[in-house]
Amino acid sequence: MIKKKAMLIDITLCVGCNACQVVCKEENGLMEGEEQRLSATAYTALNEYDGTYVRRMCQHCDDPTCVSVCPVGAFTKTAAGPVLYDENKCIGCRYCMQACPFQVPRYEWDSTYPRVQKCKFCAGRLERGLQPACAEACPTGATKFGDRDELIKEAYERLQAEPEKYVQKIYGLEEVGGTSILYISSVPFEQLGFKTTMSKVALPTLTWNALSKIPSVVAVGGVFLYGVWWITNRRTEVQQLERKLKEMEEGSNGQGTLN
Amino acid sequence: MNKLIGKITFWKVVAGLIFASGLYATYVRFVDGLGASTNLSDEFPWGLWVGFDVITGVGLAAGGFTIAAMVYIFNLKRFEPIVRPAILTAFLGYLLVIVGLMYDLGRPLHIWHAIIMWNPRSVMFEVAWCVMLYTTVLALEFSPIVFERLQFNKAYKAIKRVTIPLVIVGVLLSTLHQSSLGSVYLIVPDKLHPLWYSPYLPLFFYISAIGVGCAMVIVESFLSSRAFHRGLEMNLLSQLGKISVVMLGVYLTLKVVDLLERNAVSHLFAFRYETGLYWLEMVIGVIVPMLLLARKKIRENYNGLFAGAFLVVVGFVLNRMNTTITGFEEWAGTTYFPSWMEISVTLSIVAFGFVAFALAAQYLPIFTHEEHAVSSPADEFTKDLKLVSQMP
Repeated sequence: MIKKKAMLIDITLCVGCNACQVVCKEENGLMEGEEQRLSATAYTALNEYDGTYVRRMCQHCDDPTCVSVCPVGAFTKTAAGPVLYDENKCIGCRYCMQACPFQVPRYEWDSTYPRVQKCKFCAGRLERGLQPACAEACPTGATKFGDRDELIKEAYERLQAEPEKYVQKIYGLEEVGGTSILYISSVPFEQLGFKTTMSKVALPTLTWNALSKIPSVVAVGGVFLYGVWWITNRRTEVQQLERKLKEMEEGSNGQGTLN
Repeated sequence: MNKLIGKITFWKVVAGLIFASGLYATYVRFVDGLGASTNLSDEFPWGLWVGFDVITGVGLAAGGFTIAAMVYIFNLKRFEPIVRPAILTAFLGYLLVIVGLMYDLGRPLHIWHAIIMWNPRSVMFEVAWCVMLYTTVLALEFSPIVFERLQFNKAYKAIKRVTIPLVIVGVLLSTLHQSSLGSVYLIVPDKLHPLWYSPYLPLFFYISAIGVGCAMVIVESFLSSRAFHRGLEMNLLSQLGKISVVMLGVYLTLKVVDLLERNAVSHLFAFRYETGLYWLEMVIGVIVPMLLLARKKIRENYNGLFAGAFLVVVGFVLNRMNTTITGFEEWAGTTYFPSWMEISVTLSIVAFGFVAFALAAQYLPIFTHEEHAVSSPADEFTKDLKLVSQMP
């Protein structure tokens, strides 16, 4: 079985050199040029908060919201970790963008045949036994690639080794059920644009709670509707029959008087 | 006479302007893309077309299954005179929802993908299937009207024989997707403002759809009675008003229970513009019409019933727009207001619906239970609408 991969991003080590974005654009054949925000041509981008740099990118959730919401199954979660998008299936409803808790998927708004764009975790390179381009390019080790279990262990070690430096939290460990991208930081996460009040439960469970009731709604509803129809219809039938009987009775009475 | 022609020209000009701007917007949408025609962005991927044309539109067409269930399942035969207009409204409504969807989808020609590419975990997948099937059911429910007009007696009898199963399937499908449009938003607990996010969203959407379904039938009966100088089944319509009151009452109670359960009452008094819009939606769209329609005197009064039903519709639209747009602005950190092209496409779709309804009413036996034309205060707009429909 393939071990689940992950990337550990140590925010304290990032110097903001932007090498990750440069190689990412190269690797994915995206338009060159520095971008400060995620876009259809930037799968990763550095946000600066008072000299602290935070890498944004797809979190590659364990139970991804985008995979669950897509009506045509254009997103898949691979065993190794990458969440991939199939543009040939996509109908362009943008539910993935609306639903993603990290607001990651971007759209090619200016195209007449637009695609959703986001980080692919260099799935092709992973298959060839390589690490993602950004992790390879990172000069300080701020982005480190590896097995998820190992990286979580390493993150805890770093937090324990310097408890006064690090915020004692691994972001991505539990958020929406866990993600493949893990962050550790010396600045509280909420000050770096992270949503820290996020549900610990994978979001697809919320919609599944409703969807899983469909068979019962159909069964109970169908029987109920048919039953109501049967009763009301029977009532009308009986009424008609009674009227007929009455008429017949009156008719025979009439005959009786004739005799 | 002169005056009349002048007015016809005015409404023709209005309709013409709407369709012309809609046509231009259509050109920009399909030639230059969504970016050029809409104010949508990565932060705000869903706007007016999803919020109004699709999600509100499906709700406004809920009168079809509501009235069909009342007449055929609950055997309330007295409502029979309004079955056909309700089915027509629903059928047109769903067709227009699909038209709206074609504008909004980034790759509209892939719309059929949901038929063969399945994802049963997706609420949207379920909605897509239900809408597809229910539109088919509506077409079948509508077909006897056409068969009657064309005197295809065999086809008419054949379809009439399966009325009951059709209606049952239609009610089930409607129950599923009307509520599922609420379930669509279950997946955004952190993004959607707590005034609108609730685990009860599916239930809220379903109950309010039934309420607005009744209200829409009332509004549409008023408009068509004015346009076609036909009588108004005031008695039936005020009974529908009563049903609407019950639905609004259940809705309001559940809304309060929900706020209490989620400890979200404090949001009702936060000094924010979301709060204002929430109160507007609840007061104008739920509390006021409930108070109006609950009173027999108002409910059985021509203007009172219309005003009450109209407010229910307005409140429903506000609720859906708030849930789909207002509720996301805080999280997105940006505001959204539709571009004029988005608005003109939406207006064109609505106007097209009016014209199509008028045409259908003109050429098909929609109002079969003609009462003597009562002299209702003829509204110029709807009268002209009829004339517009007669344009070649």
